[in-house]
Amino acid sequence: MSAIENGSRRRFLTGGIIAAGALVLGVRYYHKLSSGDKLPHDTNADHATLHPSVYLGIDPDGTVWIVASRSEMGTTSRTTLPLIVADELDADWKRVKIEQALGGSRYGDQNTDGSHSIRSFYDAMREAGATARFMLIQAAAQQWGVPAAECETDLHVVVHRSTKRRAGYGELATAAARLPIPKREELKLKPKSAWRYVGKGQVSYDLEALVTGKAIYGMDARVDGMVYASVEHPPVLGGKVKSYDDKEALKVAGVRQTVPIDPFQQAPAFQPLGGIAVIADNTWAAFQGRKKLNVSWDNGPNETYNSEAYKSELRATSHNPCKVVRNIGDADAVFAKGGKIYEADYYVPLLAHASMEPMVALAEFKGGKATLWAPTQNPQAVQDIVAKELGISKEDVICHVTLLGGGFGRKSKPDYVAEAAVLSKKVGRPVKVVWTREDDIKFDYYNAVASMYMRAALGANGKPTAWLQRSVFPPIPSIFDVNAVYGDPSHLQQGWTDVPYDLPNLRIENGPAKAHVRIGWLRSVANIYHAFGIQCFTDELAHAAGRDPLEYLLDLIGNPRAIDFKGVEYPNYGASMEAYPWETGRLRRVTEMVAGKSGWGKRKHGKGTGVGIAAHRSFLSYVATVVEVEVNDQGEVRIPRVDTVLDAGLVVNPEATRAQFEGAAVFGTSIVRSGEITATNGVIDQSNFQDYPVARIGEAPYQTNVYIVDSDAPPAGVGEPGVPPFVAALCNAIFAATGKRVRDLPITKLGLS
Amino acid sequence: MIQLNVNGVEQSFGGEPEMPLLWYLRDVLGLTGSKFGCGIGLCGACTVHVNGQATRSCVTATRDAAGKEVTTIEGLEKSGLHPVQKAWMEINVPQCGYCQVGQIMQAAALLNGKKKPTDREIDEAMAGNICRCGTYQRIRAAIKAAAGEMT
Repeated sequence: MSAIENGSRRRFLTGGIIAAGALVLGVRYYHKLSSGDKLPHDTNADHATLHPSVYLGIDPDGTVWIVASRSEMGTTSRTTLPLIVADELDADWKRVKIEQALGGSRYGDQNTDGSHSIRSFYDAMREAGATARFMLIQAAAQQWGVPAAECETDLHVVVHRSTKRRAGYGELATAAARLPIPKREELKLKPKSAWRYVGKGQVSYDLEALVTGKAIYGMDARVDGMVYASVEHPPVLGGKVKSYDDKEALKVAGVRQTVPIDPFQQAPAFQPLGGIAVIADNTWAAFQGRKKLNVSWDNGPNETYNSEAYKSELRATSHNPCKVVRNIGDADAVFAKGGKIYEADYYVPLLAHASMEPMVALAEFKGGKATLWAPTQNPQAVQDIVAKELGISKEDVICHVTLLGGGFGRKSKPDYVAEAAVLSKKVGRPVKVVWTREDDIKFDYYNAVASMYMRAALGANGKPTAWLQRSVFPPIPSIFDVNAVYGDPSHLQQGWTDVPYDLPNLRIENGPAKAHVRIGWLRSVANIYHAFGIQCFTDELAHAAGRDPLEYLLDLIGNPRAIDFKGVEYPNYGASMEAYPWETGRLRRVTEMVAGKSGWGKRKHGKGTGVGIAAHRSFLSYVATVVEVEVNDQGEVRIPRVDTVLDAGLVVNPEATRAQFEGAAVFGTSIVRSGEITATNGVIDQSNFQDYPVARIGEAPYQTNVYIVDSDAPPAGVGEPGVPPFVAALCNAIFAATGKRVRDLPITKLGLS
Repeated sequence: MIQLNVNGVEQSFGGEPEMPLLWYLRDVLGLTGSKFGCGIGLCGACTVHVNGQATRSCVTATRDAAGKEVTTIEGLEKSGLHPVQKAWMEINVPQCGYCQVGQIMQAAALLNGKKKPTDREIDEAMAGNICRCGTYQRIRAAIKAAAGEMT
């Protein structure tokens, strides 16, 4: 296969490497150019003989093209969604070719975020496959002169049951293409018993490319005539260049020029941060030149931001009445009576995403159009921001989505892509912007720093008679509105307004906090700090009550019921409460199951060892986790074993799902062990993996066992829900092993060593 | 001019001798399998072999590779897949995959020196390679599977 399908269009430089790969992103879009009026957005599916859906096309040679419209950052959704199409089509997976969609509204939402790729697109994928299958059966029936009802499919072939006549999908494609596209009501979806792939799963379509270095990430995108850029950003959010001297920078071999980028207009949203870009012939020259820049900054009002003082402010706010976001009964009346009252403060600092591939994007602005190659979770947001920054229409922004070297939410915010586009326009050439790791750590959209105040009055059996919880954190909407200080319902729902306990008196509050850095969603988002506060406080109360933490947790969850959110703004992750009710019975079941799987209460734990448990629903999935730790005399923490049980409804790809939960345990380990971003005078203190460490092989859990509940409930999320209960369970295990309570993350503050 | 051998091919480089080998491989030769992750030798995504030794190419000046044999993922196996790559596929190790090239190069170097590494030896040898997706338990399993394959 040639990497150059059309000489008049973009030619990729990777030559032999790219041409040899099965995975060729961004080059196959110009295949089958015949009439000359093909748009760059076109896919092979669009030009296939049978093309009943934007997601699907079938060629006469039997090739099935399936369009992956959402981004691949390691969750395998680029494989799993097409697998649903292939199953409903009854296609041979070996004859499926997956192509990556460009950004475009015709695919529906493309923001690969919020753990909803399968949930939101399961039906659309099934319909795409079923539509083509319907048309192929009709075509065969017409050819044979038999009723369609007498025909069925059998792996890429239509079969007439009584006569055993067979016709392949490829040979039927042309005839099928002449038939009308059936209405949705006419489609007959396969019964579960006939599923080939759904529920069994498949390894990544890109697996071989991933282990041979042929996979193309944003970092690997190259085009003719491109130059490289490295940008010195304002060290404090909202800062501006006062003056700069680039004489020394321009002396560096390979450096071509420097280019100022305007500061953003409030609020930052996804605009470039501004600063001075060094343009060079290669990445290293751009980095070197940048080191020689001499920039004087006007830091602006965020210069006063210091993490220590800010933490005290958050805590002080949480110790006073805040905005009530959910209330049952009268907690204050119970507290006023006195008795056994427990309270605790929990704190989680800012967290950085630190995906292995730093931010990077390649842009070419030419003839009034912008073409981008970017590892983005959100190509439609790329279209929006690039159109705005360049003053062109969204339709003139062509966004190729490469593979992502990790995303975790960071790459749904395309400031770095906009930066490349702005520079290409200024420089008049294709520009590849490469962020260093230091840029990545210092200029992130951080997961919010949060302080939580918890209070409970315990009754005779140690069960809470009243429960109060207040959280205070700078909210994500602050990146769109600098005056936003309260948590919005879509983040308060994340493990806060939906505390699942059956309590007579419950009050949930949220307090104001002003942001001084960009706040953004990071894998599991607000669930991280909310589950930490609630599930660790629950463990504390169990010990205070002298009860087993598992038994106590189950007692608080109570009997199976659907939580009544009357009077509460509860978005339910955008899903209907009818399809996805909040079922405490499912949380209870995963908790009981994980107790069994982990041998809770049955295994002996010696000195310095202990187990902790936590349960949490997020992204509509129910997860319970037991973590076992060993803490030696030097205070070193090892995690020999993790057991986790999840109920995510129908799981399309169990193998990929297990991998997500194994990874979530490692991600959670990093949060607990070392995750902390701080600022001094508005400048982020951390810079690279030496001061923002993430878990390495010996620090990560040795063995994570993942158990999936067999369920026919509609599919829910799997990318994020593993993190929140893991974090809390690990902290509870550390208490069990050491007697030391983790209330401030990370545990470097605990003084174990 | 710096003379070096990359994946069996003699190369000469007349550019900045201080340019890290990683950027020479990626930007000059177009061998993009080796990845940029941290730039200071802390994450291992850039790992290549220099005279058979696992080396962080982001902190190795191209000059220091003069006269040496550099092997990248593109040259790890002349034809087909290296046993480590096969094991990586069998165990289904990668998630995003970005760090995996470096992990594979590090693991291949480990198995060249140690036929049957223990858990501790694996953890020590792989400690410099970060995987943010968290595939470590599969990496360990794949190294053991490859060790079985290679003996």
